Amino acid sequence: MLILDHLWIILALPLAGAGINGLLGKHWPQSRVNAVAIGSVTLAFLAVVELVREFSELAPEQIPFVGNYFTWMLASVFRVDFALAVDQLTVVMLLTVSFVGMLIHIYSTGYMAHEGGYYRFFCYLNLFMFFMLTLVMATNLIVMFVGWEGVGLCSYLLIGFWFLKKSATDAGKKAFITTRIGDFGFTVGVLLVFATFQSIDFGTIFKSLAANPVSERTLTVICILLFTGAVGKSAQLPLYVWLPDAMEGPTPVSALIHAATMVTAGVYMVARMNPLFARAPVAMLVVAIVGAVTAFYSATIGLVQTDIKKVLAYSTVSQLGYMFLACGVGSYAAGIFHLMTHAFFKGLLFLAAGSVIHAMGGEQNMMKMGGLARKIPATYWTMLVATLAIAGIPGFAGFFSKDEILEAARSGPNANLILWLLGVVGAGLTSFYMFRLVFLTFFGAPRYDEHHIHVHESPKNMTIPLMILAFFSIFGGWFAAPHLVGGTDYFEHFLQPVFSAYAPQPMGEQALAGNPAAEGPPSPALGLFHAVTGWPVIVAVLGLLLAWWLYIKNPDAPKRFAKSVHALYALLLNKYYVDEIYAALIVRPLLWISTNVLWHGIDQGLIDGIVDGSAHIARLAGSRLRELQSGNTRSYAAWVLVGVVGFTVLLLTLFVTGVH
Amino acid sequence: MSVIPVSYYLVLSAVLFGLGVIAFVFKRNVITIFMSIELMLNAVNLAFVAFARAHNRLDGLVFVFFVIVVAAAEAAVGLALVIMLAQNRQSLSVERMDHLKL
Amino acid sequence: MTIPILLFFVCGALAVVGAILLIASREPVHSALALVLVMAALAVLYLLLGAPFIAAVQIIVYAGAIMVLFVFVIMLLNAGVEERTDFSSIAKYVGLPLGFVLMLWAAHWLWHSEAAGAMGTTATTAAASSHDLSVELFRQYLFPFEATSILILIAILGALVLAKKEE
Repeated sequence: MLILDHLWIILALPLAGAGINGLLGKHWPQSRVNAVAIGSVTLAFLAVVELVREFSELAPEQIPFVGNYFTWMLASVFRVDFALAVDQLTVVMLLTVSFVGMLIHIYSTGYMAHEGGYYRFFCYLNLFMFFMLTLVMATNLIVMFVGWEGVGLCSYLLIGFWFLKKSATDAGKKAFITTRIGDFGFTVGVLLVFATFQSIDFGTIFKSLAANPVSERTLTVICILLFTGAVGKSAQLPLYVWLPDAMEGPTPVSALIHAATMVTAGVYMVARMNPLFARAPVAMLVVAIVGAVTAFYSATIGLVQTDIKKVLAYSTVSQLGYMFLACGVGSYAAGIFHLMTHAFFKGLLFLAAGSVIHAMGGEQNMMKMGGLARKIPATYWTMLVATLAIAGIPGFAGFFSKDEILEAARSGPNANLILWLLGVVGAGLTSFYMFRLVFLTFFGAPRYDEHHIHVHESPKNMTIPLMILAFFSIFGGWFAAPHLVGGTDYFEHFLQPVFSAYAPQPMGEQALAGNPAAEGPPSPALGLFHAVTGWPVIVAVLGLLLAWWLYIKNPDAPKRFAKSVHALYALLLNKYYVDEIYAALIVRPLLWISTNVLWHGIDQGLIDGIVDGSAHIARLAGSRLRELQSGNTRSYAAWVLVGVVGFTVLLLTLFVTGVH
Repeated sequence: MSVIPVSYYLVLSAVLFGLGVIAFVFKRNVITIFMSIELMLNAVNLAFVAFARAHNRLDGLVFVFFVIVVAAAEAAVGLALVIMLAQNRQSLSVERMDHLKL
Repeated sequence: MTIPILLFFVCGALAVVGAILLIASREPVHSALALVLVMAALAVLYLLLGAPFIAAVQIIVYAGAIMVLFVFVIMLLNAGVEERTDFSSIAKYVGLPLGFVLMLWAAHWLWHSEAAGAMGTTATTAAASSHDLSVELFRQYLFPFEATSILILIAILGALVLAKKEE
């Protein structure tokens, strides 16, 4: 039995896990809930592994491998099949999602062990896996949207997991509503796609696009609309505001959904739609600009945050910006590569942060930590590995992926030096604030009350996933080492068919086979030496040194510095007051309109008015008509007269001719 | 015999009928209202006779005959009722006889 | 101006005056007498129209019996000046004007009606004799004739029952 023939199994497993835990798990012991949840996800991961093995044996013409299960919607031209497909990009995403997801599930058994609603947590988590896998394996925009919305739903449920806490439920609502705004743009984009191509199936769209050119303006509009969905889901400017608030959810949720998988859905979508984007350079530029600016902007906010999870949240927004920058300059493979390595090290960062919080008994403020390195060594060392990775220190996974992106921005086919500069400065800032985090948390004298808080290492089911992820944070980059550094660039070649199959051909009589453009945008090769001494590495090391100087050598320096640039510091600490601006400009007017116009005005006034009014009119009419029956003969006579006159007039004027 | 057009009679009939209607609506004494009914019936009789003359048939006259007979019967019974009502309500104003209201 | 026309206008005017007097009188007895005047005028008009039998019946039955009955009842009930009640505003403000409207409009319409005009004048034939009328009555209209006699019987019985005092 080939998994390829039964792709739906990969989806069915986590869905079944969610259903069983959700419906039956309320009174089960934790061990049984664990078995169902972890079992389903592990089986799904094994199925994915088997899938990859089978995939590797497919001939190139069989890719993408599509399994069409049933026709979901059919209305004349509009056809949506529930069909799943596997191509190289899907394989990468499936592996990332299922592997990291599995590890985080295992971690959660330790982290959530003392929490109420245990079964509910795993139900939602499994449900999320189902939707994410659907999103990744979808063959058309509508099924992808099902997954898209589903992960948004699970995000909302999980952010507000502790639903009795108002800040948590507010954050959940904020996440859902903000992504909704992006989703609206996405939906309009899907409609426009259908209007242009009469189909929403990827294969059909791409083939049609290659055969019949579509006006660039239409494609630009479509791409920008679809990208707004990505802006919402992947927390870019200006719709990123939900992600920091989403830290209200349990840390495994932050790790899985808001670092490794859901937020990457936007990047995946852009990569998937690359034939459209490749033919709309303006849209690609927009993507690149948004990505680069977000990367820089978010890094500046992360510089001064004191909550350990908030720093990581802004870091996630920033790293997602890098992924979009990569896609925007045409290096889709680099973007996906960074997506994968980011899943490893950011997932690890969050899980390790969770471990720290667990060790500190719930404390999340870094200013109240310190000196934890010796006390929780496993957490410390794995977090250090992840930080080295995210900073882009050579040898770790992040170095390869981030470097490739920045190099593409500097000298690739769509290079843009301004964006490159933003990216490089952002990388430096990233390195700085990440090492700041590590130094504040693990070094120095403890700034907490050692008598009341007993720091202890986390249990094995939490530390083992940390170590596994640390392993991949180091070596996850090697196997795909781009020939940027003299490596084999296996990753890029692997993904090449996805990104070049429908790439626009340059004008001219170049045959397809020997056309260098058919190989996709070439990734620049620098050789190892140049790569290691390039700007990204320099700024990374500078960031590390500056963080060391400020937080280990001169611990008082940051405070003095903050005082001297008080205004700027306040601006960054308050996240540029964006939330307040949104509240004043958007939320309050909308609430005012909702309350006064829609509620009081239309609902109470108009609709209730019509309903109550018609009843009122009926009663009024009735009471007036009742007065006719006065018992007064004269008035009866008068009314009869009225009738007679009217009737006579009617008869005579209508039916009798010869009247003057 | 005469050269009066039929329409003259009809107009007179209409005027008398209208005056009967006005009297019916305007007067308050129940007996006077009854009399206004008789006036209306008379007006109609005039019209019938005029038509009978115009078409040179006797059917109109027969009808007038019956109208007069029925008017007599109606007057008899009606006045009996009026007597009873008047004794009951101690008033002849039709507006005091408003038992039939809701 | 021939006599018939003059007679017509005089009697017509009398009839209208009588009707107006019926409305305008404050005492019911005066109204009853005005109605008698109307009936008399109408009887003359019937004569003009060549229906002597009907004219006679009008005087004998209508003016002579029915109106006498009215006057009897008025006297019996001692109906004096009309009580001035005025409860119905609709009758006052809508009924009256509408009544005028009806009257004037019907008159106007009849005056200008082609159909009425087409009927010509009432000059043509001889008067209808009572012999002809009775032939008509007892042949064509026998059934209604007998029915009305029963009707009168019922009316008498009804009046008797109603007017009878409770024992």
